[in-house]
Amino acid sequence: MKTMTIAKAINEGLRAALAKHPKSFLMGEDIGSLGGVYRVTEGLKAEFGADRVMDTPLAESGIIGTAIGMALRGHQPICEIQFDGFVFPGFNQITTQLAKIRTRSNGMLSAPVVIRIPYGGGIGSIEHHSESPEALFAHTPGLRIITPSNAHDAYWMIQQAVECPDPVIVFEPKRRYWLKGEVDTESTELDPFKAQVVREGTDATVVAYGPLVPVALAAANAAAEDGHSVEVIDLRSISPIDFDTITASVEKTGRLVVAHEAPTFGGIGGEIAARISERSFYALEAPVIRVGGFHMPYPVARVEEHYLPDIDRILEALDRALGY
Amino acid sequence: MSAAELPTTEFDEPEEAVLPAPLAEPFPTNGFAALASSGVDEGDMVQLLDEQGVLQHDPAFSPYIEALDADTLRGFYRDMAVARRFDSEGTALQRQGELALWVPLTGQEAAQVGSGRASREHDYIFPTYREHAVALTRGLDLADLLRLFRGTSNGGWDPRDKNFHLYTLVLAAQTLHAVGYAMGIQRDIKADPTTEPAAAMVYFGDGASSEGDVHESMVFAASYQAPVVFFCQNNYWAISVPFEVQSRVPLVNRASGYGFPGIRVDGNDVLAVHAVTAWALEHARSGNGPVLIEASTYRLGAHTTADDPTKYRMAAEEEHWRAKDPVARYERYLRESGMADDAFFAQVADEANELATYVRKAVLSMENPDIRDKFADVYGAPHPLVAEELAWFEQYQASFVDAENEGGAA
Repeated sequence: MKTMTIAKAINEGLRAALAKHPKSFLMGEDIGSLGGVYRVTEGLKAEFGADRVMDTPLAESGIIGTAIGMALRGHQPICEIQFDGFVFPGFNQITTQLAKIRTRSNGMLSAPVVIRIPYGGGIGSIEHHSESPEALFAHTPGLRIITPSNAHDAYWMIQQAVECPDPVIVFEPKRRYWLKGEVDTESTELDPFKAQVVREGTDATVVAYGPLVPVALAAANAAAEDGHSVEVIDLRSISPIDFDTITASVEKTGRLVVAHEAPTFGGIGGEIAARISERSFYALEAPVIRVGGFHMPYPVARVEEHYLPDIDRILEALDRALGY
Repeated sequence: MSAAELPTTEFDEPEEAVLPAPLAEPFPTNGFAALASSGVDEGDMVQLLDEQGVLQHDPAFSPYIEALDADTLRGFYRDMAVARRFDSEGTALQRQGELALWVPLTGQEAAQVGSGRASREHDYIFPTYREHAVALTRGLDLADLLRLFRGTSNGGWDPRDKNFHLYTLVLAAQTLHAVGYAMGIQRDIKADPTTEPAAAMVYFGDGASSEGDVHESMVFAASYQAPVVFFCQNNYWAISVPFEVQSRVPLVNRASGYGFPGIRVDGNDVLAVHAVTAWALEHARSGNGPVLIEASTYRLGAHTTADDPTKYRMAAEEEHWRAKDPVARYERYLRESGMADDAFFAQVADEANELATYVRKAVLSMENPDIRDKFADVYGAPHPLVAEELAWFEQYQASFVDAENEGGAA
């Protein structure tokens, strides 16, 4: 066991992946000598060289598009998009090309490109630096979307993304980059596409992912002081979603709250609510309640605290669920 | 860059920009008039066969043609004539309701055959959706191209068999794939110097040249000196929009802005296209970085079977270009030079008709895929949602069978 931050865990995971897979390499803006704007790739260029840790021109479509071409030639690109709000110039390449190459070729070709994207708010930044666009990608068949919430998961999930035969987008919770945790570098049992029950409870279930997992846990602890036993699930994977783990929990608790930073309308929470109401209608004691961002462009930093779901917003939702 | 300067791989100083004359109206609706005043100097391009089919000498590029034997030279004609016949069959099949859409290439045979025949086995080709004649030169079964238009496959062939990628319908997306592929070739050679030298060649049109991906691909190609040849077929019409709306200067001028060589070639002259492409691919394979080729050609028919050129361009313009027909021009050359006679042309016509008969039969016998197989192609690793939806679909389908069986028993 080693204690490290999430940023360091991803750094170590990338180091392990580069060492294990000779055709893998990192590409992105400012990831070489600078080590990335969040220093997640720090030291890797010095260790593996400029060919394995490649600074690219400032062109997100160019990064994804050339990565697809390199994957077609048998290489393993691991791309970094500098910020969530800057992925959109590459959106066309991701959704019309990367996601479809296996289907279009009737399974003959694949482009298992990994795309790392720091996402989410709460860092007091300027516009386009705090967004949560995961639902836009989850809606696209052919992609896999994962997001770690702790250092141990981050260390392994980035490596499993590299080994996955499909394109994987890894949304990294940027405001948790400095959150420390224990990392077991020996255990290899983690399945990135399986949700994890991170706190057991009997009265209600809260599903969260990425940056909101610590918030959900804190809310569950607060609820415990009021005598409510709340189960918390860390989704880990946004596409596919591990509905079996959620269903098992809801069949036990009868109540479900889903929390994410992204706007609730058209979001992952709505998908979970719909599926669980189809699967577990008779187990539900209350409607599934969503907690998330409002239907507005991400607000300015000085008021983002009112936008981001916090402990109280989750507790308020739990109160409503428990009130039925 | 003039032809005489070219095959040295030197690229010192960009040529002085050729600025177009100001246009009478900023966005001309009359393409023919616009073309005439666009400032595109038709003389400023490599040409080996003039419009009468008479061979000209070019010190830089003629040697590439002089190295070819008569069989190869006759083969260029065969490819162009067969491709044109294939193309007319595609249009006929669409008109008869057998294809959802057809993308005609007639008029662009020389640009496609000349360049395709210059590529080698290990080069990798990224086409748009109109490169039927390039596919022919790469040895594809042309019936496979029609699966996309028949609606039975979005691909239709294994791109690795002939190093000919799937058609890409999102304009210019493939230019980046080609540069990435070329960067992959660089890595392979660096890791193992015995790797076969190769280049990527990517096709796009004047319309696609406005897409941001073309710009980004040229930036990446130049930055990493990737072994890629950008082959632009400028057919002067992006569906209904004339070239002047895409660019006020010849597209070849853009190459100097990125810092790599650009050559403008008569795209209706199969020999010039072949020579220029052979040079460019060799330049790229030899580690000298990318090249942009602008082949000046013309789409004699519609963009696709879904549009009507009489609505957006004048018949006189089409006549102007029919006089430059690449197939007729090359036939004249072969006849005048004594390399081919009536018997040869009759034999090619027979071959073309046989191919047309073959692809028609192939299209009519194409079977619909089973949508259940489509579930398997979305992901490479097991996926619970796809598995769940497939299971649901199968039991849903089975419910109809059960109902039919019950009906039969009653």
